[in-house]
Amino acid sequence: MYQFDYHRPANLKEAAELLTKCDEAKILAGGQTLIPTLKQRLAMPSDLIDLGALKELSFIKAEGDAIMIGAATPHADVAVNADVRKHLPSLAKLAEGIGDPAVRHKGTIGGSLANNDPSADYPAAVLALDAKIHTTKRLIEADEFFKGMFETALGEDEIITEITFPHPKRAAYVKFPNPASRYAMVGVFVAETPMGIRVAVTGAGQEGVFRVKEMEDALAKDWSADAISGIKVPAENMLSDLHGDAEYRAHLVTVIAKRAVAAAI
Amino acid sequence: MPVVTMTVNGKSVSGEVEGRTLLVNFIRDQLNLTGTHVGCDTSQCGACVVHIDGKAVKSCATLALQADGADVTTIEGLAAGGDLHPVQRAFKEHHGLQCGFCTPGMIMTAVDMIRRKPELDEKTVREELEGNLCRCTGYHNIVKAILAASEEMRA
Ligand SMILES: Cc1cc2nc3c(=O)[nH]c(=O)nc-3n(C[C@H](O)[C@H](O)[C@H](O)COP(=O)(O)OP(=O)(O)OC[C@H]3O[C@@H](n4cnc5c(N)ncnc54)[C@H](O)[C@@H]3O)c2cc1C
Ligand code: FES
Ligand code: FES
Repeated sequence: MYQFDYHRPANLKEAAELLTKCDEAKILAGGQTLIPTLKQRLAMPSDLIDLGALKELSFIKAEGDAIMIGAATPHADVAVNADVRKHLPSLAKLAEGIGDPAVRHKGTIGGSLANNDPSADYPAAVLALDAKIHTTKRLIEADEFFKGMFETALGEDEIITEITFPHPKRAAYVKFPNPASRYAMVGVFVAETPMGIRVAVTGAGQEGVFRVKEMEDALAKDWSADAISGIKVPAENMLSDLHGDAEYRAHLVTVIAKRAVAAAI
Repeated sequence: MPVVTMTVNGKSVSGEVEGRTLLVNFIRDQLNLTGTHVGCDTSQCGACVVHIDGKAVKSCATLALQADGADVTTIEGLAAGGDLHPVQRAFKEHHGLQCGFCTPGMIMTAVDMIRRKPELDEKTVREELEGNLCRCTGYHNIVKAILAASEEMRA
């Protein structure tokens, strides 16, 4: 790792000020992505601003028809939270399937979204459930947030503070994990929300998470696995690597989407 | 240089570190607690698992300064007064190790797993071991040892 100055602000205001003040600062949340990146010298921040002491960013609240999750809430907390399990069991299951127990104890929802790895799980949930991303500056709609592989709408000095999920009428997430890394080869989140039916795919697309409008329209007419069995995403937009080529991934999207529809509760 | 202070195995310790010093290096090189191993240094193998405030984490993917003020337990802190922890005893009885390199991380992961899930079954143990690699045993006796320890600890 290159040298950097480490900061542990006591509150969000201090964190935001440090981020603006320091030259090439980066936020440190769980560090499960950032620390390995620094070890490989793929990034050279001047300062790390650790959100670890910010209790105000680690919470799960159920209010009205929504669940609010603080950006620095670890995956392990989301997985076992009683409100999430009751209103959003699909999200609890998703969190429980991320990496391994040690990664889930440290890795956070905000870190996962800010990173927007094309194979990460949370982006699929946020996009399918039409969640709202709150930052230190504004509110970002899920459809506006993901801007392609490892790219988001976040500005340089912006910190994600909270993600608000609506209660879906029904939803499910099914992931076909890469057997070595446990990241998604293909993961599909299907949801019937108060605003309509949404299907989001992670792990497969070259531009990261994406919606499949054709499947959404078919499911709006007939919520069944059969309704989407003939719908295939174009292979030319898919990732291709030694774990699976583009054709394979495109095929898998339909297979996993059907399983998700069948599993939705 | 910044000074980090934490409780390790019940004792308060502190030391000068760089921002980039990993927790595992602080534990091994500055505290001379070499039971915590580095197998991969890339977050895959779990040989470096310790507990921070009771929860299993990979100390090769944690900065020492992130653990400032925390309560850290390493493999050396498990045996109370020289008596092996039930999980350590079970690994010995069930031949849950061969070369022993993965064992500290396996045991720290197992203790955390039993804390969170007192009612373990074989499938759950195997899933929970997702982040711990063993090159020797084929896992079978590790799983057996964890199941036996969890049963003993429940009784
Ligand atoms: C072995 C292993 C297996 C994994 N498996 C999976 C998996 O199956 N599925 C999956 O989805 N992920 C997986 N991950 C990734 C894991 O979920 C990470 O925890 C996550 O991607 C990043 O979260 P973090 O809190 O660790 O963020 P960090 O590593 O601390 O930060 C990541 C990036 O986000 C930025 N950031 C963090 N928080 C904020 C914030 N609040 N506002 C703005 N920017 C912020 C940081 O500056 C940095 O650029 C795995 C990781 C490992 C090591
Ligand atoms: S040394 Fe930390 S996971 Fe392998
Ligand atoms: S006993 Fe040798 S690596 Fe596990």
